[in-house]
Amino acid sequence: MADVIWGLATSHVPSIGAAMDRGKTEDPNWKALFDGYAPARAWLAEHRPDVAIVVYNDHANGIDLDFVPTFGLGTAEQYEVADEGFGRRPVPDVVGHPELALHLVQSLVDEEFDLTVFQELHVDHGFTVPLSVWTPDPGDAWPCPVIPLLVNVIQYPQPTAARCYALGRALGRAIRSYPGDLTVGVLGTGGMSHQLAGARAGFINPEFDAWWMEAIHSDPAALAALSREELIRQAGAEGIELIMWLVMRGALDDEITKVHSDYFVPASNTAAGIALFDNRSGQPG
Amino acid sequence: MTTGTAPSTRQRGTSMSETAPDRFGLPGTPIFDGETSRRGLRMNKLFMSLRTAENRERFLADEAAYCQGFGLTPEQQQAVLDRDWQAMIDLGGSIFYVYKLAMMDGRSMQYLGGVFTGMGEEDFLAAMRAGGRRDG
Ligand SMILES: [Fe+2]
Repeated sequence: MADVIWGLATSHVPSIGAAMDRGKTEDPNWKALFDGYAPARAWLAEHRPDVAIVVYNDHANGIDLDFVPTFGLGTAEQYEVADEGFGRRPVPDVVGHPELALHLVQSLVDEEFDLTVFQELHVDHGFTVPLSVWTPDPGDAWPCPVIPLLVNVIQYPQPTAARCYALGRALGRAIRSYPGDLTVGVLGTGGMSHQLAGARAGFINPEFDAWWMEAIHSDPAALAALSREELIRQAGAEGIELIMWLVMRGALDDEITKVHSDYFVPASNTAAGIALFDNRSGQPG
Repeated sequence: MTTGTAPSTRQRGTSMSETAPDRFGLPGTPIFDGETSRRGLRMNKLFMSLRTAENRERFLADEAAYCQGFGLTPEQQQAVLDRDWQAMIDLGGSIFYVYKLAMMDGRSMQYLGGVFTGMGEEDFLAAMRAGGRRDG
């Protein structure tokens, strides 16, 4: 069987990738963010999984508004890094894991999560920035094959927080039922509080973010109970994408060990958060 | 283990550029819903097309013709030609798509934040660096 060994929640703000690509990580506006990543990166470097799953959303790069799949999963052998308008990020293309991905599709559809299947997909910053948060210097290749799991968070109605959490739990079962021996890392991306448009642009809610950061560890059911309206009110119109953290959290055990977390404002117009959890039961962090 | 319920936020007053649809009655918070997306589809497709250099050149060579080619409404076309960012949102633009045009113009998300809030880019950026904006 396959085992989820860790879960990583992280913002996927494009400017975090840009700061890395342009060598600005020591810049005073950015240094504290990257310093806050260091303990997670060190731990992750010691705990490389065989496969990773990145739960993310596309931002008008890999898919457009012709199709708005609520949930999607990639079964390709390779994912090209998208050119979002001014050249692609200087990071490696992504090697997929079709065998595990096809197993996940089968298992999730059997559990009545009717996912859209992607056989070709250009992955944007929502996908590559979390990989860079994990692995700042990938060289020619990311540490392992990666499977994209897409969530519609940009067009209302987004899936409910409860549905995202339930999908995560089904994802965990699907991973554990894989016949091969694999270790898996799951990344839930996006957030934290932010709003990009409207007179409320620039909205940040550190009290809500602190509560979310604690509850994602110890009380995810409380997060899953939040309505869309409450999420938009508390986290901002774009902060609703925090629901993707719940897919990751659902794939982990009820009892998990926090390895590290950190919080930084602002990454562009966004509160950036990172939280890393060890999912190996009975093992010291 | 339980960590209680979400902390409450204060209600904010009405704000200046509140013309976008207001599904939840949250002031200054446009919600990109299915109806908005339907109205904005042609314009959002235009924005998405600007990812390629070839299309950006075609757009810049004759912006009006390019808008007509994508089937924008006259109001949408005017908003694009005028770089009226608030109008683009009001007429069905998704911020992630509108941002493609802003990037082409060399404008940042902080610039757009300065426009949407009426604060201007510099003050908006300063507010973000001071920890972001709050309700109330
Ligand atoms: Fe996002």
